Amino acid sequence: MKTAQRVYTALIFILIYAPLAVMILFSFNSTSSTSVFAGLSFKWYRELFSNSDTLEALKNTLLLAFVSSIAATLLGTVTAVGIYRMRSRVTREIIKSVTNIPMMNPDIVTGVSLMLLFVFVGRLLGRTNTLSFWTLLISHITFNLPYVILNVLPKLRQTDRHLHEAALDLGCSPVEAFMKVTLPAIRSGIVSGLLMAFTLSLDDFIISYYTVGADFQTLPLKIYAMTKKTVKPDMYALSSVIFFTILILLMLINMAGMRSDNNSNGSKKSKKKV
Amino acid sequence: MNKRTHSAPRRRGLSFLLDAPYVLWSALFIVIPLVIVVFYSFTDAEDNFTFENISAISNYGTTIRISIEYSVIATLITLVISYPFAYFMTKTSANAQRTQMLLVMLPMWMNLLIRTYAWMNILEKNGIINRFIMLLGGDPLKLLGTPAAVIFGMVYNYLPYMILPIYTVMSKLDPSLLDAASDLGSNAFQRILRVIFPLSVPGVVSGVAMVFVPSISTFYISQKLGSGKILLIGDTVERFIKTSYNYNMGAALSLLLMVIILVCMFVMNRFSSDDEEIVV
Repeated sequence: MKTAQRVYTALIFILIYAPLAVMILFSFNSTSSTSVFAGLSFKWYRELFSNSDTLEALKNTLLLAFVSSIAATLLGTVTAVGIYRMRSRVTREIIKSVTNIPMMNPDIVTGVSLMLLFVFVGRLLGRTNTLSFWTLLISHITFNLPYVILNVLPKLRQTDRHLHEAALDLGCSPVEAFMKVTLPAIRSGIVSGLLMAFTLSLDDFIISYYTVGADFQTLPLKIYAMTKKTVKPDMYALSSVIFFTILILLMLINMAGMRSDNNSNGSKKSKKKV
Repeated sequence: MNKRTHSAPRRRGLSFLLDAPYVLWSALFIVIPLVIVVFYSFTDAEDNFTFENISAISNYGTTIRISIEYSVIATLITLVISYPFAYFMTKTSANAQRTQMLLVMLPMWMNLLIRTYAWMNILEKNGIINRFIMLLGGDPLKLLGTPAAVIFGMVYNYLPYMILPIYTVMSKLDPSLLDAASDLGSNAFQRILRVIFPLSVPGVVSGVAMVFVPSISTFYISQKLGSGKILLIGDTVERFIKTSYNYNMGAALSLLLMVIILVCMFVMNRFSSDDEEIVV
């Protein structure tokens, strides 16, 4: 029984990693084919780092992810605090339902609806082309916001309301009390919201595809344009670099997590850490 | 005392102030865009009211049927594969669970486009699988451009979305419940059927939603693994918007997608009992 379980788990992992293995293998191919392996070479890695287009797209992607995730985290955290303090149940439920819409809707609908909004407003203003970096940024902030709010809200609920009041009684101004008492208590929620927003923005293709203008290209958009023709292994080289970067980062986070777990002797909560 | 009577109204005003930017933002960029989708669905290129787009949806009967069919099949296959996988995961040591969790999530950081393209390389006529078959002396198989390839692409890409919520629910399950079940005389099979499965329903429900929604609305997977021969609703929307610039028809089909998903969610929530929380 134990062996059967192990075999099953191993088979699923082989399935999950098969395309990644292909990708890594062919990134070292000496010819431009992505299906016939001719020999080992690093030429696609050299090509990658000398291709200014790809590097520009990588820079754009990181810039967009930074700006949109930080903006969403600031706005989302303030909003979560507002929702948490809200007295009216009805208003709170309405805001939470609206927040769920971008998470429930398929990306293509979110993308198309935002694009139609931008096109519509552009028509009202008498412009033919409204799509640009700014419409892309607005779209990314919009789909990042729910993830930040939903990461921060539960942390707020776990905090002790009385601590905030105690801080006020001890002479803090409301802002000071928030900074000194509430903020440290919800920090982990803010950080995981920020990380989630960052990775979602980094990876998004569908919503960007509909809301971006001709003036800006991100990596997923570039990959899409390239896969319309045949892909050369330099795209695989880039993906391999990203893959190993993430692998190392996750391993470091994981090791830190294991250490803290061993220290606190198995609190089950921290297992959910990404 | 004095402070308390003061703080109540101030608090209300403050929470309004804190939420005002977001309320404005979500009205502008979540609610109004949906209103505009409805507007475009019911107007023509000159903004005149019309039912033409909505009635033209009936021309896409086959597209709609296969989209629903493929995504339902893909969701079921994903569930069948993931459920035992998640269950076996909970049977391993804490460190092994952590590592497996990491391994399941890692590919999600690779762009879907690249993963799908790599599968295309594996499945194509001169791809790895066919080379292997020919090496053994068989005839190459036509794998790309088939419904099976598209469904496989959906299963592959969204598998982690099913495994993670099911695993999360199962790992929180109180082991003493299983001990109690054994003490009361149930065998392993009964324990799974009567205890583990009912308690894991919330994870299954959210996993199903997280696989079904992107599957039914995909266009990249069908484009690449279906070799452009299999058109799903997402492909049709993409063509209307990006190729023929018929925004009205694109909006009508987007509206249809939303309606299909709302109906499915509603049916599924009926299936699972009302008080169960959906875990993401």
